[in-house]
Amino acid sequence: MRVVINVLAGLIFGLGLLISGMANPLKVQNFLDLAGSFDPSLICVMLGAVVVTFLGYRLAFSRPRPVLVERFSLPAAKKIDGKLALGAALFGVGWGLSGFCPGPAITSLPLLAKGTLLFVPAMLIGIGLVRLLIQTRLSSKAVSASATEA
Amino acid sequence: MVTEFTPLASTIGGMLIGISAVMLMLFNGRIAGISGILGRLFPPYHGADPGGAASFVIGLLVAPLFYTAVMGTPFAQTVSDNVGLMTAAGLLVGFGAAYGGGCTSGHGVCGFARLSLRSLIATAIFMGTGFATVFVMRHLVGD
Repeated sequence: MRVVINVLAGLIFGLGLLISGMANPLKVQNFLDLAGSFDPSLICVMLGAVVVTFLGYRLAFSRPRPVLVERFSLPAAKKIDGKLALGAALFGVGWGLSGFCPGPAITSLPLLAKGTLLFVPAMLIGIGLVRLLIQTRLSSKAVSASATEA
Repeated sequence: MVTEFTPLASTIGGMLIGISAVMLMLFNGRIAGISGILGRLFPPYHGADPGGAASFVIGLLVAPLFYTAVMGTPFAQTVSDNVGLMTAAGLLVGFGAAYGGGCTSGHGVCGFARLSLRSLIATAIFMGTGFATVFVMRHLVGD
């Protein structure tokens, strides 16, 4: 059941990216080009997505728990810090350079454009690097904690 | 190169993205953040449900095939084939999204819907650097 929901959610998300035009990097870059060939379509995508999600989340959070799992896994991070700002800033530069963010890039893979085939592995390496950084930090914390215990 | 303003198709597409986000929260209790979902494919796995993340990614990959089958023609897109640019952009997008805790979907859609100040600020920052990057690339450096 959970596999079906996840595949279906991925399919609907991907179709949303395609139908909205967001899987076309040129259209995204044109949204970002205020001084040139500006295309405001992304605003409609955001509005449609945020309104539906806002209303749907009310329904979801009115339940004591999700339908298929024990509890909601909501982001624990509350801090607005340099990490958030630096990450978002770098992300925006890459997004502007390519017109791709993670969803459209993945959903574009089967279309086999050369740029997508370069972008996706590089993006996965970028994500993997951060995971490695977190893991190293966690294990060094564990080491220093056990050192204090000793 | 100009692209046509598509208010209807883009609103409908956006609503589909919203429906998907609501499904993930209602059934799995999770945020539909694509960079987060991709991150869950990497270790450490405790509680990350990598199988669920992989199933979602499979759905994303099936979408363009489904689109082609229904529409009769493949989705038309224009992607830069500049090796250095696309590789650097991929690294920046992946690293930045994972380091900043989200991308356009996690911060931009789900974060906004949860009225998260953190996501609002992240979205303002990446939109800002995105606008600036395209301005420099297209109007200062030239394509």
